[in-house]
Amino acid sequence: MKTIDLVNKNLAKRYRKEKLFRAYGLASIGFGLLCLVLLFSDIIGKGYKAFVQTNIQIEVNFDAGYLGITDTTNTEQMFAANFEGLVKKSLREMFLIKKRSDKRLAYSLVSTDSGYQLHDLLVANPAWLGTTKKVWLLADDDLDTYYKSVDNLNGAFTGRMQEQQLVWIKNLLDNDALQLQFNMNFFNLGDSTEPELAGIRAALMGSLFTLMVTMVLSFPVGVAAAIYLEEYAPRNRFTDIIEVNINNLAAVPSIIFGLLGAAIFLGFFGMHRSLPLVGGLVLTLMTLPTIIITSRAAIKAVPPSIREAAMSIGASKMQVVLHHVLPLAMPGMLTGAIIGLAQALGETAPLLLIGMVAFIVDIPSGVTDPATALPVQIYLWSDRPERSFAELTSAAIMVLLGVLIVMNALAVLLRKKLERRW
Amino acid sequence: MSIPTLLALLVAAIAMAFVAGRNRSQAVSSATGRGQRGLNSLPFYYGMLTALWCGTPALLLLLGWLVFDDTVVRLIIIDGFPEAQRQLPEETINLLMSTVENIASGSYPDGQQEAYLQHAAEQLQALRNISRQLLALVLFCTTMIGTTIGWMKISPQYRARVKVETAFKWVLMACSMIAILTTVGIILSVIFESIHFFKQIPITEFLFGTHWSPQVAIREDQVGSSGAFGAVPLFVGTLLISFIAMSVAIPVGLMSAIYLSEYAGPTFRTWVKPALEILAGIPTVVYGFFAVVTVAPFIKDSFAPMLGLDASSESALAAGLVMGVMIIPFVSSLSDDVINAVPQSLRDGSLGLGATRSETIKLVVFPAALPGIVGGVLLAVSRAIGETMIVVMAAGLSANLTINPMESVTTVTVQIVTLLVGDQEFDSAKTLSAFALGLMLFIVTLALNFYALYVVRKYSEQYE
Repeated sequence: MKTIDLVNKNLAKRYRKEKLFRAYGLASIGFGLLCLVLLFSDIIGKGYKAFVQTNIQIEVNFDAGYLGITDTTNTEQMFAANFEGLVKKSLREMFLIKKRSDKRLAYSLVSTDSGYQLHDLLVANPAWLGTTKKVWLLADDDLDTYYKSVDNLNGAFTGRMQEQQLVWIKNLLDNDALQLQFNMNFFNLGDSTEPELAGIRAALMGSLFTLMVTMVLSFPVGVAAAIYLEEYAPRNRFTDIIEVNINNLAAVPSIIFGLLGAAIFLGFFGMHRSLPLVGGLVLTLMTLPTIIITSRAAIKAVPPSIREAAMSIGASKMQVVLHHVLPLAMPGMLTGAIIGLAQALGETAPLLLIGMVAFIVDIPSGVTDPATALPVQIYLWSDRPERSFAELTSAAIMVLLGVLIVMNALAVLLRKKLERRW
Repeated sequence: MSIPTLLALLVAAIAMAFVAGRNRSQAVSSATGRGQRGLNSLPFYYGMLTALWCGTPALLLLLGWLVFDDTVVRLIIIDGFPEAQRQLPEETINLLMSTVENIASGSYPDGQQEAYLQHAAEQLQALRNISRQLLALVLFCTTMIGTTIGWMKISPQYRARVKVETAFKWVLMACSMIAILTTVGIILSVIFESIHFFKQIPITEFLFGTHWSPQVAIREDQVGSSGAFGAVPLFVGTLLISFIAMSVAIPVGLMSAIYLSEYAGPTFRTWVKPALEILAGIPTVVYGFFAVVTVAPFIKDSFAPMLGLDASSESALAAGLVMGVMIIPFVSSLSDDVINAVPQSLRDGSLGLGATRSETIKLVVFPAALPGIVGGVLLAVSRAIGETMIVVMAAGLSANLTINPMESVTTVTVQIVTLLVGDQEFDSAKTLSAFALGLMLFIVTLALNFYALYVVRKYSEQYE
């Protein structure tokens, strides 16, 4: 038998193997992409409904006598007035309630905050005093969950709803007294135990302040370190140690940085817990290696001829670096910095250890106000039992991912726009 | 004066010093009659040098002041306590101090507290005011003296440029030292607390004990708080979840990398590679949420019953699978780099001998790239071991010693988080054990990274 026959005999089998191998490759990529699509569709599918909220229409008589208000501009009178009672009274009248046990059920259809909503409405429309108006009030989260699932094929999610409440809701639905409105609270408020009153504003501001500290510290320091290592450092053992060190730090688990923050910043320096300042410091240490590594790559990409040209006409080392190398390497450095900051924005674990995991209602106004961060808020909400919180968590994730996508797109754009090929 | 105001004033002072130095150098040079050419350096450098004289000592002073301010004030306050209170143990004094702090910040109504605490609170406020005023005064003097020294030194022969360049270099070097300081800080913080821990719990018990229940009895007669610190269940749990993650990530990541670098056309590559890398950019808390609300229920309700098994709602499988998906792009991009570094001549040789592409990849490219791939995989393993949020959310808290992926296990990182979140005191074995776990985590990941980076570097040199 000739060799070629041997080859031909096996050829079909070998080609089959080749095809199979290729198919494995494609399948792997397909699996990766499928996971990506699954993840995104799952989050969006769960979260998009959180951007709207159920409101309930109630007829309210702004009885001046009942409220004890003669002048709506008088803040003291407005403050003292029993708006909550007015909401309850209107609910009783609307559902024609006599029984005592039904009262509580009826009250629990609206948000606990509805008294304040009436107050704000009257402040905005002073002429309503003494008239009867139909107003939209925020519904309780149980009603919200019910209304959002009312068109589901296998029936609405009743949860803790009582028989009597379902009858009333049916009534409301028939009268078109339920409506979905844009969820302003989600973007304007801090955390709350009531899902309909919980928002991401506080967490978002906390993240912003933390990132500000991180950016202000890590970018200049990272760039300076990169310049030193690329342009100044002599090739010796010590420089080697620094280099190995930076590469290793880039791969140290983030939670270790949290331990560092807890022991050094909180324990040793006695800083307070939950501050964006401390969070920013910890995240600075965490992102520095990334920024140094990308900045070094950007500096390396500047051709030596630029430096030689500058030196040959008498520029000093510092002038070469500051006037020529740095501006040319800046796009690459900025790209690296944005990617590093995006990483820092999504980081949760180190912040847990330095106490940025708290119930924050007030919107922080500076780096020394107790705060939490957006990923931490997501972590906190994901633990809460109410269905609405699962929705809110997904919505908060959508916001976080949106910000991250914008940041990364910015980095790509910057690189495309400003990067020079030599 | 508040710190931001002080900083702003300091910046203003530095700017003024710069202008003063620059003008002075110009004045000095015009006195020589040769104009700017009479100067050793450009006026800018004289300005910078004066600014450095003004700013550096002041900034260092400010930093030191802020660090030691509280400690000094505290010592003075405690010194002012009555004799009986000063003899109290450390913790009680800490409590008293926080009461004083609260009174000073107005959290307690007046006159409710004991007189000496009331007095201490007033003293605290007074001291803080004095400290701030003194700081402002001292800073003012320092900047003035610094600026004057810098100003006096200016003469036409003065080599300002050389000095500024040297200072610049030192600043750059200091910045690159921060990386070393961070490492030293990490090592010191975990080792220091770990030593405290190992004084209470023998290290052998920690490393080889098989029972983990880090509750320490507060009272002598408390039930169920044995305080067992055997970390083996945590190590096994960590390895189990990492193993599941890697058995997803390695095949998928490696095959994706092979397809992308060996088969895919340029258009396919430019679209698919970044798309896969999105997976790496998604925050881990998102993966954790996905694992806990979607994957874990699916495994418990559909997957496990299909196999006739019973799964815990916090199964190791759910956490491991999701973590594996997270690590896919990590493995694939590292292997991609390594595979691309294999010289084309090796492929050409193999293809020229009549091997199919898959044979070339399996028998030539893969073995050639193996060391680099192993390095990449080790980096990925270190990442899996150190991953926190996915396991905190999706894995359990109970330290079961099992290798059944359907059961709930706990990991080192989960325990660190649970032990340290909430109010912490740095002296109980419970919180200190978190640092001992951190030490183990740091040592293991550092060793993995060190070796992996060494392998990758060695490998990339091989074909250069």
